[in-house]
Amino acid sequence: MESIGVLLMCPMYSYLEQELQSRFNLFKLWQQPPSKITEFLKSNQRTIKAVVSNARVGVDAQLIDSLPNLEIVASFSVGFDKIDLKRCEEKGIRVTNTPDVLTDDVADLGIALILAVLRKICPCDGFVRSGKWKDGDFGLSTKFSSKPVGIVGLGRIGSAIAKRAQAFGCSISYHSRTQKPLKPYKYYDNIVDLAKNCSILVVACSLTDETRHIVNREVIDALGPRGILINVGRGAHVDEPELVSALLEGRLAGAGLDVYEDEPEVPEPLLRLDNVVLLPHVGSDTVETCNAMADLVLANLEAHFNSRPLPTPVI
Amino acid sequence: MESIAVLMTKPIYSYLQAELEKRFKVLKLWEAQDGSRFLQDQNQIIRAVVSDGGTGLSPELMAALPKLEIVSSFSVGMDKIDLGKCKEKGIRVSNTPDVLTDDVADLAIGLTLAVLRKLPASDRYVRSGMWKKGDFKLGTKFSGKSVGIVGLGRIGQAIATRAEAFGCKISYHSRTPKPESSNYTYYPSVVDLAAHSDILVVACALTNETRHIINREVIDALGPRGVLVNIARGATVDEPELVSALVEGRLGGAGLDVFENEPNVPEQLIELDEKVVLAPHAGSGTEETRKGMADLVVGNLVAHFEGKELLTPVV
Repeated sequence: MESIGVLLMCPMYSYLEQELQSRFNLFKLWQQPPSKITEFLKSNQRTIKAVVSNARVGVDAQLIDSLPNLEIVASFSVGFDKIDLKRCEEKGIRVTNTPDVLTDDVADLGIALILAVLRKICPCDGFVRSGKWKDGDFGLSTKFSSKPVGIVGLGRIGSAIAKRAQAFGCSISYHSRTQKPLKPYKYYDNIVDLAKNCSILVVACSLTDETRHIVNREVIDALGPRGILINVGRGAHVDEPELVSALLEGRLAGAGLDVYEDEPEVPEPLLRLDNVVLLPHVGSDTVETCNAMADLVLANLEAHFNSRPLPTPVI
Repeated sequence: MESIAVLMTKPIYSYLQAELEKRFKVLKLWEAQDGSRFLQDQNQIIRAVVSDGGTGLSPELMAALPKLEIVSSFSVGMDKIDLGKCKEKGIRVSNTPDVLTDDVADLAIGLTLAVLRKLPASDRYVRSGMWKKGDFKLGTKFSGKSVGIVGLGRIGQAIATRAEAFGCKISYHSRTPKPESSNYTYYPSVVDLAAHSDILVVACALTNETRHIINREVIDALGPRGVLVNIARGATVDEPELVSALVEGRLGGAGLDVFENEPNVPEQLIELDEKVVLAPHAGSGTEETRKGMADLVVGNLVAHFEGKELLTPVV
């Protein structure tokens, strides 16, 4: 299989890179100067049969069209919003992702963000490290247990967040495209009502045309000055400028963000707020999960090139 | 009741003080120029003491108050009150159990997640602009790990319930096994508990038996990939041993809300900014819970002086 060309879109997990290197003819896109990319793709377009992408760097129509022998796009992520699925489908290109193996980690991070925002864990840590504790107590934070939690998107990750939050005595409600009759939580067919009825709103849905900016000013205002927003979905789920002004004006109590509209850029005003927790898109960034995700990417590629059923196809 | 003199040992919480002042004659020990003189002058009228977990009731203070009938502590921990002596002298003692159980358990989970997923370090990474230069390092998964709890009382049980929702395997050590917790594995030895845990959480009361219950042997059993979380009392842990284990890499990480000599924290812990998360004894420090605790302190005093059953008696 060493002759099969695989294009790696950006630096990813070293274990994944090494395995791809040893099993395939690996091309590293980021090692090409931007001006030489078209030429590079042209020279290698016959060999490249697979692309490995992730949450940050996608696969658009232009790239797809420049690789006439492309058979499969294997994403090192569960989200595939940056892959032009329509173009892939048109051309019979398979697309795979990494669901399930990262569900727990992302759900854990959702809960971690809630606790960190409400209980001010990062400022507390800073308070002790700076020596300020010797001058007086920290001040009071906000309780998490028993607060009403609203989840946008009750898929694998949303359900896992719900299960965890329930153990803290929280009541769970949700909004999604359709109601899930098997789930014992209260359903709201519109997100504004969900926001009105919870004090912690967690975004856990996939990014589609319908969910772009699903958290807008109206939703933020409904969540209110005592509400907090947690985003472990995609930055584009939230109208970021609206979020920033709501936080600056005190119309929202706090936010825990793992994703942003233009990563790795984070709106400058957020960097100075102590009622927000800002993480660098680490939802699935544990050794255990990255290993499992890498194995799944490799398994999908191996299955495809051995004409076996794909373990986790999107299309 | 307004003539009953209640001594506050320190300024604890303004809401508590205000509620006490509505009902009693509140004497403030910290405002006295000469504490002993003040007590001498007032010792015939002081019938109650309100204190907190860290200050308790010193033997000197007990000796100075011959008319003392009740100590109402703004804490669940009783380690700074000589309960045996109080019983001997017929002095009632009340604490604030249950109202703070959720908050302390929440912080235990919050600290665990913050250590494993490197939350404060990741947040600093974003704020410092480092994310623009490259991704942060990987953390460690929480879900599915083995959690060992030292002390399966109210707080220990609440921690177990939460950790279970993350698919964690729960085991515990306590003075005696708890038959109603048969789904958790009991270890008669803390060292064995540590050897079988990825995360060891200290949640027991501080007594003569539990002083330094977490010693070098336990820490070594927990090991270089293990994490210690302490939301109980600093003195349950041999702090110098903990510090050297972390510095030498013999322990993977720690989440600490309590220390042997608060508010002093060993300098080396402050230097370990990735594997250690520190909090300023904030376990019950939320608006909701402190108010609940204050109401309980006042409620116990009122009950006592009305000749009724104490709400939450210890002695």
